[in-house]
Amino acid sequence: MARIDLDIAHAYGANPQRDEDYALLPLKMSFADGGAYALLGPSGCGKTTMLNIMSGLLRPSSGTVKFDGVDLTHASPQARNIAQVFQFPVIYDTMTVAENLAFPLRNRRVPQAQIKQRVGVIAEMLELSAQLDQRAANLSADAKQKISLGRGLVRSDVSAVLFDEPLTVIDPHLKWQLRRKLKQIHHELKLTLIYVTHDQVEALTFAEQVVVMTRGRAVQIGSAEALFERPQHSFVGHFIGSPGMNFLPAAVSGNALTLAGQDLTLNADLKLPNGDLKLGIRPEYLHLVDPGTAGALAAQVTQVQDIGTYVLVTALIGSHLLKARLTPEQPRPRAGEQVWLQVLGAQTCFYKNEELLA
Amino acid sequence: MLLSLQGISKKVGAANWLYEMSLDPVPGSVTVLLGATQAGKTSLMRIMAGLDAPSLGKVSVDSIDVTGMPVRTRNVAMVYQQFINYPSMTVADNIASPLKLRREPNISDRVQELATKLHIEMFLDRYPAELSGGQQQRVALARALAKAAPLILLDEPLVNLDYKLREELREELSQLFAAGDATVVYATTEPSEALLLGGYTAVMDAGELLQYGPTAEVFHFPKSLRVARAFSDPPMNLLSASLQADGVVLKSGAMLNIGALPTSTPDLTLGVRSNALRLRPEPGDLSLTGQVELAEISGSDTFVHLSTSVGELVAQLTGVHFFDLGASLTLHLNPAQVYAFDAKGDLLLAPKQVGAR
Repeated sequence: MARIDLDIAHAYGANPQRDEDYALLPLKMSFADGGAYALLGPSGCGKTTMLNIMSGLLRPSSGTVKFDGVDLTHASPQARNIAQVFQFPVIYDTMTVAENLAFPLRNRRVPQAQIKQRVGVIAEMLELSAQLDQRAANLSADAKQKISLGRGLVRSDVSAVLFDEPLTVIDPHLKWQLRRKLKQIHHELKLTLIYVTHDQVEALTFAEQVVVMTRGRAVQIGSAEALFERPQHSFVGHFIGSPGMNFLPAAVSGNALTLAGQDLTLNADLKLPNGDLKLGIRPEYLHLVDPGTAGALAAQVTQVQDIGTYVLVTALIGSHLLKARLTPEQPRPRAGEQVWLQVLGAQTCFYKNEELLA
Repeated sequence: MLLSLQGISKKVGAANWLYEMSLDPVPGSVTVLLGATQAGKTSLMRIMAGLDAPSLGKVSVDSIDVTGMPVRTRNVAMVYQQFINYPSMTVADNIASPLKLRREPNISDRVQELATKLHIEMFLDRYPAELSGGQQQRVALARALAKAAPLILLDEPLVNLDYKLREELREELSQLFAAGDATVVYATTEPSEALLLGGYTAVMDAGELLQYGPTAEVFHFPKSLRVARAFSDPPMNLLSASLQADGVVLKSGAMLNIGALPTSTPDLTLGVRSNALRLRPEPGDLSLTGQVELAEISGSDTFVHLSTSVGELVAQLTGVHFFDLGASLTLHLNPAQVYAFDAKGDLLLAPKQVGAR
């Protein structure tokens, strides 16, 4: 296991000038030994570029990659001593499950007894014990991907295990169990795990620290709680949560806040700069309140959806659609009705140039 | 357009791909086919489209028998998981292709209108390969809409997209479907996608059609354990229990008063939705204590897995919550929120929907 330090930038073309020329804008980042990290963002955000630079599949156009302080920027993936798990199963169909799991160990001439022990542990964790003697060829896609995961985790001496969207091909019901397995495995094996995904559940559940990326930039590195409660960048507010944070353009003048033509009074201890900014509030915190409540605005309900475990209300303030989440027990408004929404509260965030002010 | 499948089944060799089923998707609405992979969703769609004929049974459109009639004589638009476009044509020509086939007037206006609806009007002169996955799927969707077919079939159209894009496009699609009058059939493996699309849902499992009805109704009143299992994410918590003279008794010995049940057999399975388990107790609650196995965080929710004396439980809590692995935790449940299934797995009791009106 190792600590990984990145001080890199990457552009696929020569002579990058503008921000758009970079797949990865200049960044410095450290991954602690034994930590569980996720690189989260939409396609094209640079997360796979970053992973490939760590694995050695890609050389950064500038900067260094260090493993435990040793510069390995130009070292091959083999020389970095890492394990990788990809989107689709990479296994040998002609081998049994046990032989597949043992393969990375055999390659490194690990003693037979040790192989047997380690394969047993991994098979047990992934619930493959009953299938150890079966040929891999006849297994379902899910089982094959479990073998791929097992092969990635079977060596205890790797610097890090890198995962590139490993649960894409897994059925939702099984995803659930595998996420849990991965988390348990991290607790038990204490490997450095770095996981690339566009799926927030996977990232937030799996990782202690999530790196949220957009357009080649890491906009926030933090715990699930920090990303949810205090998104440092409006992109994080939008990307984390389903649905994401609501945003409303607002103007501040002293302690007056103007939103969609309506004036609200800001709390005295909230110091915001005068001028235009953006108010952000999550659907979970946008409560329905009595008419005229301080910090609330009138809104027109456009849609009420029963999402089973909760109810989603869509309402219009001025020309802006906002979403509010209700519990199934709460009385539901009807489409077309006027409601009052509490836009100012402890969970309200304010953004200027997409960065969090308060 | 009234599509009707009557007593259809599909056998391939000795294998039953679809067991006998009848389904009349509600005209002008969205019907979701919900089921895990291998449930038979794609097989059923291929029969609806006319790409395959059923082994037995009848397919009719507006009361005309079309069983075995090939797809090109039917007026159906289809969108697949993979982004399928003509690679050598520009986006504009891709969208225009069904219009040209029908020799329609004002093709460029129509293309512009559809492209605007799907937010790809700035890419009309580009080729599909120059677009992102989400944009390519928008082109395929625009072409399907250009066909103006009375039946639109979508086979997991968003599965290959980033979830945020999925969220956005799903919402736009719902609005487009609601505004049009086509009958839409939409296959998905995700219960939450069915709920977000609304409309009607047909729950499928291992080649069988288990239940069909308004989406929220099927979710809240699953007629069997199999439906409840297929239509829940996280999975519904299932507790074995027995019916005794003075109430229902759990394996742990805890007694639960859930009222009279229309059954004579004592063996029951109780179902508890993950969101019915709370951290805060209320009077009359049943308390369940166990060890935290894992807390999964989706951002908007935290799903806590708890190992208890009555089995493994999953609770859905709004927002982000942290729990140490192995920590002791007590969850609380209002007995009025319990489902009960008999020994055969048939629904005996479902909780009342309190907030609905």
